[in-house]
Amino acid sequence: MKRSVAPVFWLLFGAGGMLAALTGPALVLITGLAAPTGIGLSPNFMSFARVASFAQNPFGKLILFGIIALFIWHGAERIYLTLRDMHAGGRLALMWICYGTAGALTVVTFAALTIIGV
Amino acid sequence: MSGPRPYLRPAETLWWARRPYLAYTLREATGIAVAGYALVLLVGLISLASGEGAYDVWLNFLKSPWSLALHLLFLIGMIAHVWTWFRIMPKTMPRLVIGGRIVPQNRITAAGLAVAVAAFIVILLVAEWMQP
Amino acid sequence: MPPNAAASVGSREIEVEVLRYRSDTDSRPVPQAYRVPFTYDMSVLQGLQYIKDHLDGTLSFRWSCRMAICGSCGMMIGAEPKLACMTFLRDYHPGPLRIEPLTHFPIERDLVVTVGGFVKKIESIYPYLIPKTPRRLDEGEYLQTPMQLAQFESFSDCINCMLCYAACPQFGENPDFIGPGVMALLQRYNGDSRDGAQATRMELVHTENGAWSCTAVGYCSEVCPKQVDPANAVNQNKTKSAIDFFLRFLGRPARSGGAASDGNAP
Repeated sequence: MKRSVAPVFWLLFGAGGMLAALTGPALVLITGLAAPTGIGLSPNFMSFARVASFAQNPFGKLILFGIIALFIWHGAERIYLTLRDMHAGGRLALMWICYGTAGALTVVTFAALTIIGV
Repeated sequence: MSGPRPYLRPAETLWWARRPYLAYTLREATGIAVAGYALVLLVGLISLASGEGAYDVWLNFLKSPWSLALHLLFLIGMIAHVWTWFRIMPKTMPRLVIGGRIVPQNRITAAGLAVAVAAFIVILLVAEWMQP
Repeated sequence: MPPNAAASVGSREIEVEVLRYRSDTDSRPVPQAYRVPFTYDMSVLQGLQYIKDHLDGTLSFRWSCRMAICGSCGMMIGAEPKLACMTFLRDYHPGPLRIEPLTHFPIERDLVVTVGGFVKKIESIYPYLIPKTPRRLDEGEYLQTPMQLAQFESFSDCINCMLCYAACPQFGENPDFIGPGVMALLQRYNGDSRDGAQATRMELVHTENGAWSCTAVGYCSEVCPKQVDPANAVNQNKTKSAIDFFLRFLGRPARSGGAASDGNAP
């Protein structure tokens, strides 16, 4: 009997979802609201020097990769299933669009972190 | 008599937009907030890799009213994600039996939400501690 | 109802619209309206019986126990999947109350839907105990603790009423989806500490028509009249199936049962 390949994407969706559930609101608050406005955090919180040194640190790379990649895979699965519910396209076409985009963006993330170097 | 001809009613293509399924569709839409926020971070990462000039452009975008409004929407989406995530989480687990009793699903949800609130506070504290 | 009861049935009336379909005379289903006198305690089923007894003998619908245990009288009442015997006319007064056959199923006649596909799905999941360690009669009973029973007990409460199939939009999209009710029955056996056929049933779970057609809408568990929680049955099998997807390469048997025990020792 033919196994579905869905478990791969479901696990990525689950990991991303759990990470987003635990860290999402805080991260959005910090990087999107507090640091840019300087309310609650120093306006230099995300200065080039500080963020670059974070991204050069191997641990920092892991965190950045984990958050960006897993959040994207979580969203990709939900968008894929919702587009399917909406009959927006054939199953295979939607899989390529959603998972393909997520895969490409994962590669881009990895590349950017590599370019940033140590 | 040729026997009954069963009638198959035509499929409802807009079921996802109607009650009671609209709530489910909105829940799934929180995934757009999660992925959308990650995209903003990715753009920041790419500009970081491109040098201080490019990165400062991104930082200035973050300060703009458009970005603040966008992140407010992201925040609402994230909170909706947290709420609906832990409501559905117990369904993905076998019956949890502790001390001879089945743990009700809403108790598992409450525990998950409590952990999420604790994590939220911890991350904010870490950020405060990491201040320049 | 006792003779002349029609005269003594309540002075309140409710307008009921039933979707009618007779394949020898109708090309498609058409609603038909009836005015039904009712009392406070009358169920929708009793309303249908009143129609059949006094207004229109051609109306067809399934029913049996009229106490929510046989699973026969499932239908769409006010666009929601419900058992007619435990839904009450008073809650829909003055109407019009729309009554239609269960969504997603072909209509045989009036409120009677085709159930053959559902029955075949039940048969396909090995719906019987295949003991892990068979015991002869002289060896005595299989022993099971209350905790082991708790793992699968709710899934054994299913009355096969198919309300969950009417509720499930993914079954509507894919009629080959095994579906909530049958997955609950599957988990009733896979989660039973006495059973040893988890791997065989999991083969069905791993397929696209198994657990992976489900998108966790959750409406199935909301409409279930017996609190079976089929959504839990399907989604915990997603977890098991996903873990097995990767661990199968480690060479261990695809053992994905419920409670962990050998089925005999308490």
